[in-house]
Amino acid sequence: MYVRHLQVSDFRSWEHADLVLEPGVTVLVGQNGQGKTNLVEAIGYVATLGSHRVATDAPLVRQGCPRAVVRTAVVNEGRELLVELEITPGRANRARINRGPVPRPRDVLGVLRTVLFAPEDLALVRGDPGERRRFLDEVLTSRAPRYAGVRSDYERVLKQRGALLKSAGAARRGGRPADLSTLDVWDGHLAAHGAELLAGRLDLVADLAPHIAAAYAEVAPESRPARVLYRSTLGGSQPEGVGVPGGPRADREVLEDALLAELNRVRPQELERGVSLVGPHRDDLDLALGELPAKGYASHGESWSFALALRLGAYELLRADGTEPVLVLDDVFAELDRRRRAQLAKVASGAEQVLITAAVAEDVPEELSGARFEVHGGEVRRV
Amino acid sequence: MYEGPVQDLIDELGRLPGVGPKSAQRIAFHLLAADPADIGKLQDALQKVKDGVVFCDVCGNVSAETTCRICRDPRRDPSVVCVVEEPKDVLAVERTREFKGRYHVLGGALDPLSGVGPDQLRIRQLLTRMSTRTDGQDITEIIIATDPNTEGEATATYLVRMLRDFPGLAVTRLASGLPMGGDLEFADELTLGRALSGRRSM
Ligand SMILES: Nc1ncnc2c1ncn2[C@@H]1O[C@H](COP(=O)(O)OP(=O)(O)OP(=O)(O)O)[C@@H](O)[C@H]1O
Ligand SMILES: [Mg+2]
Ligand SMILES: [Zn+2]
Repeated sequence: MYVRHLQVSDFRSWEHADLVLEPGVTVLVGQNGQGKTNLVEAIGYVATLGSHRVATDAPLVRQGCPRAVVRTAVVNEGRELLVELEITPGRANRARINRGPVPRPRDVLGVLRTVLFAPEDLALVRGDPGERRRFLDEVLTSRAPRYAGVRSDYERVLKQRGALLKSAGAARRGGRPADLSTLDVWDGHLAAHGAELLAGRLDLVADLAPHIAAAYAEVAPESRPARVLYRSTLGGSQPEGVGVPGGPRADREVLEDALLAELNRVRPQELERGVSLVGPHRDDLDLALGELPAKGYASHGESWSFALALRLGAYELLRADGTEPVLVLDDVFAELDRRRRAQLAKVASGAEQVLITAAVAEDVPEELSGARFEVHGGEVRRV
Repeated sequence: MYEGPVQDLIDELGRLPGVGPKSAQRIAFHLLAADPADIGKLQDALQKVKDGVVFCDVCGNVSAETTCRICRDPRRDPSVVCVVEEPKDVLAVERTREFKGRYHVLGGALDPLSGVGPDQLRIRQLLTRMSTRTDGQDITEIIIATDPNTEGEATATYLVRMLRDFPGLAVTRLASGLPMGGDLEFADELTLGRALSGRRSM
Protein backbone atom coordinates (compact mmCIF):
# COMPACT_ATOMS: atom_id res chain seq x y z
CA MET A 1 0.00 0.00 0.00
CA TYR A 2 1.01 3.62 -0.27
CA VAL A 3 -0.13 7.07 0.78
CA ARG A 4 -1.07 9.00 -2.35
CA HIS A 5 -2.08 12.23 -0.69
CA LEU A 6 -1.44 13.81 2.69
CA GLN A 7 -3.14 16.96 3.92
CA VAL A 8 -2.86 18.40 7.39
CA SER A 9 -4.40 21.45 9.05
CA ASP A 10 -3.24 22.85 12.38
CA PHE A 11 -1.19 19.74 13.01
CA ARG A 12 1.96 20.50 15.06
CA SER A 13 3.80 23.40 13.38
CA TRP A 14 1.71 23.16 10.18
CA GLU A 15 -1.15 25.54 9.57
CA HIS A 16 -1.63 23.73 6.33
CA ALA A 17 0.36 21.22 4.28
CA ASP A 18 -0.54 19.34 1.15
CA LEU A 19 1.67 16.61 -0.37
CA VAL A 20 0.96 14.41 -3.35
CA LEU A 21 3.05 11.28 -2.92
CA GLU A 22 4.00 8.29 -5.04
CA PRO A 23 5.04 4.71 -4.47
CA GLY A 24 8.78 4.18 -4.06
CA VAL A 25 11.15 6.47 -2.23
CA THR A 26 10.26 9.94 -0.99
CA VAL A 27 12.77 12.03 0.92
CA LEU A 28 11.81 15.08 2.98
CA VAL A 29 14.82 17.34 3.43
CA GLY A 30 15.11 20.48 5.53
CA GLN A 31 16.97 22.06 8.38
CA ASN A 32 16.30 21.17 11.99
CA GLY A 33 12.94 22.18 13.34
CA GLN A 34 11.29 22.86 9.96
CA GLY A 35 8.51 20.31 10.46
CA LYS A 36 9.68 17.17 8.60
CA THR A 37 9.02 14.78 11.45
CA ASN A 38 5.69 16.49 12.06
CA LEU A 39 4.55 15.39 8.61
CA VAL A 40 5.50 11.72 8.97
CA GLU A 41 4.12 11.78 12.50
CA ALA A 42 0.73 12.68 10.98
CA ILE A 43 0.94 9.62 8.74
CA GLY A 44 1.88 7.44 11.69
CA TYR A 45 -1.11 8.82 13.58
CA VAL A 46 -3.53 7.69 10.89
CA ALA A 47 -2.05 4.19 11.10
CA THR A 48 -1.91 3.83 14.89
CA LEU A 49 -4.05 6.67 16.34
CA GLY A 50 -0.99 7.59 18.36
CA SER A 51 2.25 9.48 17.99
CA HIS A 52 5.72 7.97 18.16
CA ARG A 53 6.84 10.97 20.17
CA VAL A 54 4.12 11.82 22.70
CA ALA A 55 1.56 9.88 24.70
CA THR A 56 -1.26 12.45 24.50
CA ASP A 57 -2.92 14.34 21.66
CA ALA A 58 -2.53 17.89 22.98
CA PRO A 59 1.00 18.53 21.57
CA LEU A 60 -0.20 17.43 18.12
CA VAL A 61 -2.53 20.39 17.77
CA ARG A 62 -0.97 23.63 16.58
CA GLN A 63 -0.43 26.10 19.39
CA GLY A 64 -3.58 28.12 20.02
CA CYS A 65 -5.85 26.01 17.77
CA PRO A 66 -8.81 23.95 18.98
CA ARG A 67 -8.23 20.94 16.75
CA ALA A 68 -6.02 19.37 14.10
CA VAL A 69 -7.14 17.61 10.95
CA VAL A 70 -5.20 14.91 9.08
CA ARG A 71 -6.39 13.58 5.73
CA THR A 72 -4.75 10.73 3.85
CA ALA A 73 -5.66 8.98 0.63
CA VAL A 74 -4.37 5.42 0.92
CA VAL A 75 -4.04 3.13 -2.08
CA ASN A 76 -4.09 -0.58 -1.32
CA GLU A 77 -3.99 -3.04 -4.22
CA GLY A 78 -5.47 -0.50 -6.57
CA ARG A 79 -8.28 0.59 -4.24
CA GLU A 80 -8.17 4.07 -2.77
CA LEU A 81 -9.61 5.00 0.62
CA LEU A 82 -9.76 8.48 2.08
CA VAL A 83 -9.22 8.58 5.84
CA GLU A 84 -9.88 11.79 7.75
CA LEU A 85 -9.17 12.35 11.42
CA GLU A 86 -10.12 15.31 13.53
CA ILE A 87 -8.01 15.49 16.67
CA THR A 88 -9.59 17.51 19.48
CA PRO A 89 -7.73 17.15 22.79
CA GLY A 90 -10.03 16.63 25.75
CA ARG A 91 -12.93 15.54 23.53
CA ALA A 92 -13.63 12.42 21.48
CA ASN A 93 -11.74 12.47 18.20
CA ARG A 94 -13.74 11.99 15.03
CA ALA A 95 -12.98 9.93 11.96
CA ARG A 96 -14.38 9.52 8.46
CA ILE A 97 -13.68 6.99 5.74
CA ASN A 98 -14.52 8.09 2.21
CA ARG A 99 -16.34 11.06 3.74
CA GLY A 100 -18.67 8.83 5.77
CA PRO A 101 -18.36 9.12 9.56
CA VAL A 102 -17.39 5.94 11.40
CA PRO A 103 -18.71 5.20 14.92
CA ARG A 104 -15.30 5.28 16.56
CA PRO A 105 -11.88 6.50 15.43
CA ARG A 106 -10.45 3.03 15.96
CA ASP A 107 -12.59 1.83 13.06
CA VAL A 108 -9.98 3.37 10.74
CA LEU A 109 -7.24 1.08 12.04
CA GLY A 110 -6.11 -1.30 9.35
CA VAL A 111 -6.73 1.06 6.44
CA LEU A 112 -3.16 2.34 6.59
CA ARG A 113 -0.37 0.20 7.96
CA THR A 114 3.00 1.73 8.68
CA VAL A 115 6.25 0.69 10.25
CA LEU A 116 7.99 3.76 11.59
CA PHE A 117 11.59 3.84 12.73
CA ALA A 118 12.81 6.93 14.57
CA PRO A 119 15.54 8.04 16.98
CA GLU A 120 13.03 7.61 19.83
CA ASP A 121 13.16 3.85 19.19
CA LEU A 122 16.36 3.53 21.16
CA ALA A 123 13.95 3.43 24.11
CA LEU A 124 12.68 0.08 22.83
CA VAL A 125 15.98 -1.37 23.99
CA ARG A 126 16.97 0.93 26.82
CA GLY A 127 13.62 2.12 28.14
CA ASP A 128 10.92 0.74 30.43
CA PRO A 129 8.91 -2.42 29.71
CA GLY A 130 6.02 -0.15 28.74
CA GLU A 131 7.89 0.84 25.57
CA ARG A 132 8.19 -2.78 24.48
CA ARG A 133 4.56 -3.57 25.35
CA ARG A 134 3.50 -0.61 23.23
CA PHE A 135 5.65 -1.92 20.38
CA LEU A 136 4.03 -5.36 20.59
CA ASP A 137 0.50 -3.99 20.82
CA GLU A 138 1.10 -1.70 17.88
CA VAL A 139 2.20 -4.61 15.68
CA LEU A 140 -0.61 -6.76 17.04
CA THR A 141 -3.20 -4.12 16.14
CA SER A 142 -1.58 -3.65 12.74
CA ARG A 143 -2.03 -7.37 12.07
CA ALA A 144 -5.52 -7.62 13.57
CA PRO A 145 -7.26 -4.29 14.30
CA ARG A 146 -9.74 -5.92 16.70
CA TYR A 147 -6.95 -5.94 19.30
CA ALA A 148 -7.43 -2.19 19.68
CA GLY A 149 -10.77 -3.08 21.28
CA VAL A 150 -9.32 -5.92 23.33
CA ARG A 151 -6.71 -3.58 24.73
CA SER A 152 -9.08 -0.77 25.56
CA ASP A 153 -11.49 -3.21 27.28
CA TYR A 154 -8.59 -4.62 29.27
CA GLU A 155 -7.37 -1.19 30.29
CA ARG A 156 -10.83 -0.14 31.43
CA VAL A 157 -11.22 -3.25 33.61
CA LEU A 158 -7.75 -2.63 34.99
CA LYS A 159 -8.66 0.93 35.98
CA GLN A 160 -11.89 -0.14 37.65
CA ARG A 161 -10.21 -2.97 39.51
CA GLY A 162 -7.41 -0.63 40.60
CA ALA A 163 -9.95 1.81 42.02
CA LEU A 164 -11.62 -1.02 43.95
CA LEU A 165 -8.29 -2.27 45.35
CA LYS A 166 -7.35 1.24 46.43
CA SER A 167 -10.61 1.95 48.22
CA ALA A 168 -10.56 -1.49 49.85
CA GLY A 169 -7.01 -0.86 51.03
CA ALA A 170 -7.96 2.55 52.41
CA ALA A 171 -10.97 1.06 54.23
CA ARG A 172 -8.82 -1.62 55.81
CA ARG A 173 -6.21 0.82 57.00
CA GLY A 174 -8.99 2.97 58.44
CA GLY A 175 -10.28 -0.04 60.40
CA ARG A 176 -13.50 -0.20 58.35
CA PRO A 177 -14.64 -3.42 56.65
CA ALA A 178 -13.60 -3.46 52.98
CA ASP A 179 -16.33 -4.18 50.45
CA LEU A 180 -14.75 -6.93 48.38
CA SER A 181 -17.97 -8.55 47.23
CA THR A 182 -17.32 -7.45 43.66
CA LEU A 183 -13.57 -8.16 43.48
CA ASP A 184 -14.19 -11.69 42.19
CA VAL A 185 -16.25 -10.22 39.37
CA TRP A 186 -13.47 -7.84 38.36
CA ASP A 187 -10.92 -10.66 38.65
CA GLY A 188 -12.98 -12.71 36.22
CA HIS A 189 -13.17 -9.89 33.69
CA LEU A 190 -9.50 -9.02 34.11
CA ALA A 191 -8.55 -12.63 33.45
CA ALA A 192 -10.88 -12.94 30.44
CA HIS A 193 -9.71 -9.77 28.66
CA GLY A 194 -6.14 -10.25 29.87
CA ALA A 195 -6.00 -13.77 28.48
CA GLU A 196 -7.13 -12.55 25.09
CA LEU A 197 -4.45 -9.86 24.98
CA LEU A 198 -1.83 -12.23 26.35
CA ALA A 199 -2.68 -14.92 23.81
CA GLY A 200 -2.40 -12.36 21.01
CA ARG A 201 0.98 -11.14 22.20
CA LEU A 202 2.40 -14.64 22.75
CA ASP A 203 1.44 -15.79 19.26
CA LEU A 204 2.77 -12.54 17.85
CA VAL A 205 6.15 -13.00 19.52
CA ALA A 206 6.35 -16.58 18.28
CA ASP A 207 5.82 -15.30 14.72
CA LEU A 208 7.95 -12.20 15.09
CA ALA A 209 11.05 -13.66 16.78
CA PRO A 210 12.59 -15.29 13.67
CA HIS A 211 12.15 -12.07 11.65
CA ILE A 212 13.83 -10.02 14.38
CA ALA A 213 16.74 -12.47 14.66
CA ALA A 214 17.21 -12.45 10.88
CA ALA A 215 17.01 -8.66 10.66
CA TYR A 216 19.58 -8.29 13.41
CA ALA A 217 21.95 -10.74 11.76
CA GLU A 218 21.75 -8.69 8.56
CA VAL A 219 22.23 -5.35 10.24
CA ALA A 220 25.03 -6.47 12.57
CA PRO A 221 26.51 -9.73 11.26
CA GLU A 222 29.59 -9.41 13.47
CA SER A 223 27.55 -9.31 16.66
CA ARG A 224 26.14 -12.17 18.76
CA PRO A 225 22.66 -13.41 17.80
CA ALA A 226 19.65 -11.43 18.97
CA ARG A 227 16.84 -13.19 20.79
CA VAL A 228 13.48 -12.01 22.06
CA LEU A 229 11.37 -13.75 24.68
CA TYR A 230 7.99 -12.77 26.07
CA ARG A 231 8.00 -12.72 29.86
CA SER A 232 4.56 -12.70 31.46
CA THR A 233 3.50 -12.26 35.08
CA LEU A 234 2.44 -15.92 34.98
CA GLY A 235 6.05 -16.89 35.55
CA GLY A 236 6.32 -20.64 36.02
CA SER A 237 2.65 -21.22 35.22
CA GLN A 238 2.99 -19.80 31.70
CA PRO A 239 2.30 -22.78 29.42
CA GLU A 240 5.48 -24.37 28.09
CA GLY A 241 6.65 -23.48 24.59
CA VAL A 242 3.92 -20.90 23.96
CA GLY A 243 5.30 -17.65 22.54
CA VAL A 244 8.34 -19.44 21.12
CA PRO A 245 8.82 -20.06 17.38
CA GLY A 246 7.55 -23.52 16.44
CA GLY A 247 5.83 -23.96 19.81
CA PRO A 248 2.10 -24.54 20.36
CA ARG A 249 -0.30 -21.63 19.78
CA ALA A 250 -1.64 -19.90 22.87
CA ASP A 251 -4.88 -21.28 24.32
CA ARG A 252 -7.01 -18.41 25.62
CA GLU A 253 -8.90 -20.55 28.14
CA VAL A 254 -5.77 -22.08 29.61
CA LEU A 255 -4.29 -18.60 30.02
CA GLU A 256 -7.50 -17.32 31.61
CA ASP A 257 -7.40 -20.09 34.21
CA ALA A 258 -3.71 -19.45 34.86
CA LEU A 259 -4.34 -15.72 35.32
CA LEU A 260 -7.21 -16.41 37.72
CA ALA A 261 -5.07 -18.78 39.78
CA GLU A 262 -2.28 -16.23 39.90
CA LEU A 263 -4.70 -13.44 40.90
CA ASN A 264 -5.88 -15.61 43.75
CA ARG A 265 -2.34 -16.21 44.91
CA VAL A 266 -1.29 -12.56 44.98
CA ARG A 267 -4.53 -11.11 46.34
CA PRO A 268 -3.13 -10.29 49.80
CA GLN A 269 -0.24 -8.32 48.26
CA GLU A 270 -2.60 -6.57 45.88
CA LEU A 271 -4.82 -5.44 48.73
CA GLU A 272 -1.76 -4.36 50.66
CA ARG A 273 -0.41 -2.26 47.79
CA GLY A 274 -3.62 -1.28 46.04
CA VAL A 275 -2.38 -2.18 42.56
CA SER A 276 -3.03 -4.99 40.09
CA LEU A 277 0.10 -7.14 40.09
CA VAL A 278 -0.92 -9.79 37.55
CA GLY A 279 -1.72 -9.42 33.87
CA PRO A 280 -0.31 -8.31 30.53
CA HIS A 281 0.05 -4.70 31.75
CA ARG A 282 3.10 -5.84 33.72
CA ASP A 283 4.71 -8.08 31.12
CA ASP A 284 7.90 -7.45 29.17
CA LEU A 285 9.67 -8.52 26.04
CA ASP A 286 13.14 -9.67 27.06
CA LEU A 287 15.82 -8.74 24.55
CA ALA A 288 19.13 -10.60 24.62
CA LEU A 289 22.35 -10.65 22.64
CA GLY A 290 23.91 -14.05 23.03
CA GLU A 291 23.65 -14.86 26.71
CA LEU A 292 23.43 -11.27 27.94
CA PRO A 293 20.39 -9.03 28.23
CA ALA A 294 20.51 -6.10 25.82
CA LYS A 295 19.38 -3.60 28.43
CA GLY A 296 22.34 -2.56 30.52
CA TYR A 297 24.86 -4.61 28.49
CA ALA A 298 24.56 -3.82 24.78
CA SER A 299 26.84 -1.14 23.35
CA HIS A 300 25.39 2.00 21.83
CA GLY A 301 25.72 0.62 18.29
CA GLU A 302 24.30 -2.77 19.30
CA SER A 303 21.32 -1.10 20.97
CA TRP A 304 20.64 0.88 17.80
CA SER A 305 20.91 -2.24 15.69
CA PHE A 306 18.51 -4.07 17.99
CA ALA A 307 15.96 -1.27 17.84
CA LEU A 308 16.24 -1.28 14.05
CA ALA A 309 15.90 -5.08 13.97
CA LEU A 310 12.66 -4.88 15.99
CA ARG A 311 11.16 -2.48 13.44
CA LEU A 312 12.46 -4.34 10.42
CA GLY A 313 11.27 -7.63 11.92
CA ALA A 314 7.77 -6.14 12.28
CA TYR A 315 7.97 -4.89 8.72
CA GLU A 316 8.93 -8.32 7.37
CA LEU A 317 6.21 -10.04 9.43
CA LEU A 318 3.49 -7.74 8.07
CA ARG A 319 4.81 -8.40 4.58
CA ALA A 320 4.78 -12.13 5.20
CA ASP A 321 1.13 -11.72 6.28
CA GLY A 322 0.41 -10.32 2.84
CA THR A 323 0.23 -6.55 3.37
CA GLU A 324 2.92 -4.14 2.22
CA PRO A 325 3.16 -1.57 5.00
CA VAL A 326 4.46 1.92 4.34
CA LEU A 327 7.98 2.21 5.75
CA VAL A 328 8.77 5.49 7.50
CA LEU A 329 12.36 6.30 8.40
CA ASP A 330 12.52 9.45 10.49
CA ASP A 331 15.96 10.93 10.78
CA VAL A 332 17.70 7.60 11.26
CA PHE A 333 20.46 7.49 8.67
CA ALA A 334 22.50 10.10 10.53
CA GLU A 335 22.57 7.73 13.53
CA LEU A 336 23.85 4.68 11.68
CA ASP A 337 27.33 3.71 10.49
CA ARG A 338 28.00 2.88 6.86
CA ARG A 339 27.27 -0.80 6.92
CA ARG A 340 24.00 -0.36 8.82
CA ARG A 341 22.99 2.42 6.45
CA ALA A 342 23.61 0.13 3.53
CA GLN A 343 21.60 -2.69 5.12
CA LEU A 344 18.68 -0.42 5.86
CA ALA A 345 18.86 1.02 2.34
CA LYS A 346 18.66 -2.51 0.94
CA VAL A 347 15.41 -3.25 2.77
CA ALA A 348 13.98 0.22 2.12
CA SER A 349 14.63 0.15 -1.61
CA GLY A 350 12.40 -2.93 -1.86
CA ALA A 351 9.47 -1.31 -0.02
CA GLU A 352 6.34 -0.36 -1.90
CA GLN A 353 6.62 3.08 -0.34
CA VAL A 354 9.24 4.51 1.97
CA LEU A 355 9.13 8.00 3.46
CA ILE A 356 12.44 9.34 4.71
CA THR A 357 13.24 12.51 6.62
CA ALA A 358 16.76 13.92 6.85
CA ALA A 359 18.30 17.26 7.77
CA VAL A 360 21.22 16.64 5.43
CA ALA A 361 20.47 15.07 2.06
CA GLU A 362 23.92 13.47 1.92
CA ASP A 363 23.04 11.25 4.90
CA VAL A 364 20.56 9.35 2.75
CA PRO A 365 22.27 6.53 0.80
CA GLU A 366 22.40 7.05 -2.94
CA GLU A 367 20.34 4.01 -3.86
CA LEU A 368 17.43 5.70 -2.12
CA SER A 369 17.16 8.60 -4.48
CA GLY A 370 13.57 9.26 -5.45
CA ALA A 371 11.04 12.03 -5.12
CA ARG A 372 12.38 14.84 -3.00
CA PHE A 373 10.57 17.54 -1.03
CA GLU A 374 12.17 20.54 0.58
CA VAL A 375 10.69 21.59 3.89
CA HIS A 376 11.37 25.16 4.90
CA GLY A 377 9.63 28.07 6.60
CA GLY A 378 6.24 26.43 6.92
CA GLU A 379 6.18 25.28 3.31
CA VAL A 380 6.87 22.01 1.62
CA ARG A 381 7.91 22.06 -2.02
CA ARG A 382 8.69 19.26 -4.44
CA VAL A 383 12.14 19.68 -6.06
CA MET B 1 -17.07 35.79 27.32
CA TYR B 2 -20.36 37.61 27.73
CA GLU B 3 -21.21 39.68 30.76
CA GLY B 4 -23.27 38.73 33.76
CA PRO B 5 -26.43 36.57 33.57
CA VAL B 6 -26.02 35.54 29.92
CA GLN B 7 -22.62 34.02 30.57
CA ASP B 8 -23.95 32.35 33.74
CA LEU B 9 -26.69 30.76 31.66
CA ILE B 10 -24.22 29.65 28.97
CA ASP B 11 -21.99 28.11 31.64
CA GLU B 12 -24.90 26.20 33.23
CA LEU B 13 -26.18 24.93 29.88
CA GLY B 14 -22.66 23.91 28.88
CA ARG B 15 -22.49 21.55 31.87
CA LEU B 16 -25.39 19.49 30.53
CA PRO B 17 -24.47 16.22 28.78
CA GLY B 18 -24.18 16.52 25.02
CA VAL B 19 -24.22 20.33 25.02
CA GLY B 20 -21.00 21.88 23.76
CA PRO B 21 -20.01 25.54 24.15
CA LYS B 22 -21.48 26.46 20.75
CA SER B 23 -24.87 24.88 21.43
CA ALA B 24 -24.93 26.38 24.92
CA GLN B 25 -24.51 29.79 23.38
CA ARG B 26 -27.21 29.13 20.78
CA ILE B 27 -29.71 27.93 23.39
CA ALA B 28 -28.93 30.86 25.67
CA PHE B 29 -29.64 33.43 22.97
CA HIS B 30 -32.73 31.56 21.89
CA LEU B 31 -34.05 31.77 25.45
CA LEU B 32 -33.14 35.44 25.64
CA ALA B 33 -35.36 36.12 22.64
CA ALA B 34 -38.17 33.76 23.66
CA ASP B 35 -41.70 34.63 24.78
CA PRO B 36 -41.84 35.10 28.59
CA ALA B 37 -44.74 32.61 28.73
CA ASP B 38 -42.56 29.89 27.18
CA ILE B 39 -39.78 30.65 29.63
CA GLY B 40 -42.31 30.32 32.43
CA LYS B 41 -43.27 26.85 31.24
CA LEU B 42 -39.63 25.77 31.06
CA GLN B 43 -39.03 27.17 34.52
CA ASP B 44 -42.02 25.20 35.85
CA ALA B 45 -40.83 21.99 34.25
CA LEU B 46 -37.34 22.41 35.69
CA GLN B 47 -38.75 23.09 39.12
CA LYS B 48 -41.03 20.05 39.04
CA VAL B 49 -38.39 17.62 37.87
CA LYS B 50 -36.66 17.90 41.23
CA ASP B 51 -39.65 18.53 43.50
CA GLY B 52 -42.35 16.49 41.86
CA VAL B 53 -40.64 13.39 40.54
CA VAL B 54 -40.97 10.17 42.48
CA PHE B 55 -39.40 6.81 41.92
CA CYS B 56 -41.58 3.74 41.66
CA ASP B 57 -41.58 1.74 44.91
CA VAL B 58 -41.42 -1.51 43.00
CA CYS B 59 -39.10 -1.01 40.04
CA GLY B 60 -37.27 2.26 40.72
CA ASN B 61 -38.32 3.87 37.45
CA VAL B 62 -39.30 7.54 37.40
CA SER B 63 -42.99 7.80 38.04
CA ALA B 64 -45.80 10.22 38.71
CA GLU B 65 -47.16 8.12 41.58
CA THR B 66 -45.72 5.75 44.17
CA THR B 67 -46.15 2.82 41.77
CA CYS B 68 -45.41 3.42 38.11
CA ARG B 69 -47.72 2.84 35.15
CA ILE B 70 -45.96 -0.36 34.04
CA CYS B 71 -45.95 -1.94 37.51
CA ARG B 72 -49.70 -1.18 37.79
CA ASP B 73 -50.57 -2.57 34.36
CA PRO B 74 -52.24 -6.01 34.78
CA ARG B 75 -51.49 -6.86 31.15
CA ARG B 76 -47.74 -6.80 31.83
CA ASP B 77 -46.37 -10.20 32.79
CA PRO B 78 -45.01 -9.96 36.36
CA SER B 79 -43.04 -13.21 36.04
CA VAL B 80 -40.47 -11.73 33.64
CA VAL B 81 -38.34 -8.82 34.83
CA CYS B 82 -35.91 -6.86 32.68
CA VAL B 83 -33.08 -5.30 34.70
CA VAL B 84 -31.67 -2.04 33.32
CA GLU B 85 -29.28 0.63 34.54
CA GLU B 86 -31.29 3.81 34.03
CA PRO B 87 -34.88 4.97 33.43
CA LYS B 88 -33.87 5.96 29.89
CA ASP B 89 -33.06 2.30 29.21
CA VAL B 90 -36.68 1.41 30.07
CA LEU B 91 -37.74 3.76 27.29
CA ALA B 92 -35.28 2.17 24.88
CA VAL B 93 -36.62 -1.32 25.55
CA GLU B 94 -40.23 -0.09 25.41
CA ARG B 95 -39.61 1.38 21.96
CA THR B 96 -38.87 -2.10 20.60
CA ARG B 97 -42.44 -3.24 21.53
CA GLU B 98 -40.91 -6.71 22.01
CA PHE B 99 -41.12 -6.85 25.75
CA LYS B 100 -44.32 -7.54 27.71
CA GLY B 101 -42.84 -8.07 31.17
CA ARG B 102 -41.81 -5.62 33.86
CA TYR B 103 -38.65 -3.73 34.80
CA HIS B 104 -36.16 -3.19 37.54
CA VAL B 105 -34.05 -0.05 37.39
CA LEU B 106 -30.70 -0.33 39.17
CA GLY B 107 -29.84 3.35 39.11
CA GLY B 108 -26.43 2.78 37.50
CA ALA B 109 -23.75 0.13 37.15
CA LEU B 110 -20.81 -1.08 39.22
CA ASP B 111 -18.23 1.64 38.81
CA PRO B 112 -15.48 1.67 41.46
CA LEU B 113 -13.84 4.71 39.80
CA SER B 114 -16.94 6.72 40.70
CA GLY B 115 -17.36 5.00 44.04
CA VAL B 116 -20.39 2.96 42.96
CA GLY B 117 -20.58 -0.48 44.56
CA PRO B 118 -23.54 -2.88 45.00
CA ASP B 119 -24.89 -0.87 47.94
CA GLN B 120 -25.31 2.21 45.76
CA LEU B 121 -27.47 0.25 43.30
CA ARG B 122 -30.98 -1.10 43.80
CA ILE B 123 -29.74 -4.69 43.99
CA ARG B 124 -31.02 -5.42 47.49
CA GLN B 125 -34.47 -4.25 46.36
CA LEU B 126 -34.31 -6.68 43.46
CA LEU B 127 -33.54 -9.58 45.78
CA THR B 128 -36.41 -8.55 48.06
CA ARG B 129 -38.67 -8.40 45.03
CA MET B 130 -37.57 -11.92 44.08
CA SER B 131 -38.91 -13.33 47.31
CA THR B 132 -42.32 -11.62 47.18
CA ARG B 133 -45.11 -12.59 44.82
CA THR B 134 -46.77 -10.08 42.55
CA ASP B 135 -50.41 -10.68 41.58
CA GLY B 136 -49.95 -14.21 42.91
CA GLN B 137 -47.00 -14.88 40.60
CA ASP B 138 -43.31 -15.56 41.20
CA ILE B 139 -40.57 -14.07 39.08
CA THR B 140 -39.39 -16.90 36.81
CA GLU B 141 -37.08 -15.04 34.44
CA ILE B 142 -34.66 -12.16 34.86
CA ILE B 143 -33.36 -10.53 31.71
CA ILE B 144 -30.18 -8.58 32.38
CA ALA B 145 -30.08 -5.61 30.02
CA THR B 146 -27.21 -3.58 31.41
CA ASP B 147 -25.11 -1.59 28.93
CA PRO B 148 -22.71 -3.56 26.72
CA ASN B 149 -19.62 -1.90 28.20
CA THR B 150 -17.10 -2.72 30.94
CA GLU B 151 -19.25 -1.51 33.83
CA GLY B 152 -22.46 -3.02 32.46
CA GLU B 153 -20.81 -6.40 31.89
CA ALA B 154 -19.35 -6.44 35.41
CA THR B 155 -22.78 -5.61 36.82
CA ALA B 156 -24.31 -8.44 34.79
CA THR B 157 -21.76 -10.94 36.09
CA TYR B 158 -22.37 -9.77 39.65
CA LEU B 159 -26.14 -10.12 39.29
CA VAL B 160 -25.79 -13.62 37.87
CA ARG B 161 -23.78 -14.60 40.94
CA MET B 162 -26.39 -13.14 43.28
CA LEU B 163 -29.28 -14.79 41.45
CA ARG B 164 -27.92 -18.24 40.79
CA ASP B 165 -29.25 -19.76 44.01
CA PHE B 166 -32.91 -18.98 43.29
CA PRO B 167 -34.48 -22.32 42.35
CA GLY B 168 -36.23 -22.44 38.99
CA LEU B 169 -35.15 -18.94 38.00
CA ALA B 170 -33.94 -18.40 34.43
CA VAL B 171 -31.35 -15.64 34.12
CA THR B 172 -30.69 -14.37 30.61
CA ARG B 173 -28.54 -11.68 29.08
CA LEU B 174 -29.35 -9.65 25.99
CA ALA B 175 -27.90 -11.42 22.97
CA SER B 176 -24.77 -9.93 21.50
CA GLY B 177 -25.07 -7.89 18.37
CA LEU B 178 -25.33 -4.74 20.41
CA PRO B 179 -22.34 -2.59 19.64
CA MET B 180 -19.76 -3.32 22.33
CA GLY B 181 -18.61 -0.38 24.41
CA GLY B 182 -21.94 1.23 23.78
CA ASP B 183 -24.92 2.51 25.59
CA LEU B 184 -28.26 0.73 25.53
CA GLU B 185 -30.23 3.88 24.78
CA PHE B 186 -28.30 4.44 21.55
CA ALA B 187 -28.98 0.98 20.11
CA ASP B 188 -31.55 1.23 17.36
CA GLU B 189 -34.90 -0.42 17.90
CA LEU B 190 -34.33 -3.26 15.48
CA THR B 191 -30.96 -4.27 16.96
CA LEU B 192 -32.25 -4.01 20.50
CA GLY B 193 -35.40 -5.94 19.59
CA ARG B 194 -33.31 -8.71 18.09
CA ALA B 195 -31.00 -8.77 21.10
CA LEU B 196 -34.06 -9.13 23.28
CA SER B 197 -35.63 -12.01 21.38
CA GLY B 198 -32.28 -13.78 20.99
CA ARG B 199 -31.27 -13.47 24.65
CA ARG B 200 -29.07 -16.24 26.00
CA SER B 201 -29.10 -17.86 29.39
CA MET B 202 -26.17 -17.35 31.72
N1 LIG C 1 1.76 21.88 18.69
C1 LIG C 1 2.67 22.65 18.06
N2 LIG C 1 2.35 23.89 17.67
C2 LIG C 1 3.24 24.67 17.04
N3 LIG C 1 4.49 24.28 16.74
C3 LIG C 1 4.88 23.05 17.10
C4 LIG C 1 3.99 22.17 17.77
N4 LIG C 1 4.62 21.01 18.01
C5 LIG C 1 5.86 21.16 17.51
N5 LIG C 1 6.03 22.38 16.96
C6 LIG C 1 7.23 22.90 16.33
O1 LIG C 1 7.62 22.05 15.29
C7 LIG C 1 9.03 22.09 15.18
C8 LIG C 1 9.62 20.69 15.12
O2 LIG C 1 9.22 20.10 13.97
P1 LIG C 1 9.84 18.70 13.58
O3 LIG C 1 10.08 17.88 14.77
O4 LIG C 1 8.99 18.15 12.51
O5 LIG C 1 11.23 19.17 13.01
P2 LIG C 1 12.16 18.41 11.98
O6 LIG C 1 12.06 19.12 10.70
O7 LIG C 1 11.88 16.98 11.99
O8 LIG C 1 13.57 18.74 12.64
P3 LIG C 1 14.84 17.79 12.94
O9 LIG C 1 15.63 17.81 11.70
O10 LIG C 1 15.52 18.52 14.03
O11 LIG C 1 14.34 16.45 13.32
C9 LIG C 1 9.57 22.76 16.40
O12 LIG C 1 10.09 24.02 16.04
C10 LIG C 1 8.39 22.91 17.31
O13 LIG C 1 8.43 24.08 18.03
MG1 LIG D 1 12.83 15.31 12.82
ZN1 LIG E 1 -42.51 0.43 38.55
